[in-house]
Amino acid sequence: MMPGLSAKQALALRRHLEGGLPRVSRPYQALAERINGNEHQVLVQMHRWQAQGLFRRVGLVLNHRALGFTANAMLVLDVPDALIDEVGQRLGRAPGINLCYQRPRRLPQWRYNLFCMIHGRQRDQVEAQVQALLQAQLLSDLPHQLLFSSHAFKQCGGRYAPSPTGASLHG
Amino acid sequence: MNLDLLSRQLIDRFQHGMPLCPEPYKEMARILGCRESQILACLQEMDQAGNLSRIGPVFEHSRAGASTLAALAVPAERLQQVAERVNQYPEVNHNYAREHFYNLWFVLTGPDRPHLDRVLKELERDTGLMPLDLPMVTAFRIDLGFALGETP
Repeated sequence: MMPGLSAKQALALRRHLEGGLPRVSRPYQALAERINGNEHQVLVQMHRWQAQGLFRRVGLVLNHRALGFTANAMLVLDVPDALIDEVGQRLGRAPGINLCYQRPRRLPQWRYNLFCMIHGRQRDQVEAQVQALLQAQLLSDLPHQLLFSSHAFKQCGGRYAPSPTGASLHG
Repeated sequence: MNLDLLSRQLIDRFQHGMPLCPEPYKEMARILGCRESQILACLQEMDQAGNLSRIGPVFEHSRAGASTLAALAVPAERLQQVAERVNQYPEVNHNYAREHFYNLWFVLTGPDRPHLDRVLKELERDTGLMPLDLPMVTAFRIDLGFALGETP
């Protein structure tokens, strides 16, 4: 039986994956060469990570702004703590909501504890969609705000794996 | 935006998942009934047009390390400069201007929480602005894909 990747190789593989799969016939072979492993070891590791739930999904990651989804809005609501699970689950299932997270309040600066992302092509359309959604869910009375993005300064995937030397830019 | 039929099929079919095998592009071609070379050319075109961010895994925050959503209230005349400073961190992925008193919103990811604490401290020291630190408590919906719908 072939040994698996070492911890060091696995970490290096994760860093490469954060930058995306190469667009060549055998991308895992190409990644394997970069970490001094072989294709089989890399694929075994990928399946293992997938089974462990390290990946949300493996697929095409799109740039929604370039695709015309420029009206990207963050809906924030101040939900009573006792209702947060119920309201969060309801909004999380609602059509048009891409993400729905509970986050902590930071009083007095920040009172909102539920965050939803909505992507649309036009601002007025997203505004109307949100108002209709809140009315349908009987949530219009909750304090809420809609924060449209006016500019994307950066949009890329997360970098979780520490840099190869173990020391990051910031100590 | 100009998406031909093949790129739409690629997006619809493989945004949420693609084959995990030695020759994934060949397998995608088999599923869509075209040649691997067409898939690769199409992906390259999407990449050059800026429509494709990358191909591969989207990591699960809670298992891949630590992450948080941070926000700064930046005086308008300093927004560009502070945004550039924030962008310099490899820990920052999404960084958006938003229309609000808190007008700069960005996601920080790193190997662990102390690492993020250091970045936040450093940003505060650098900018003189106190970041809101809003790590996820519960995810009610995490799907990052979206339907293209009635694209022109």
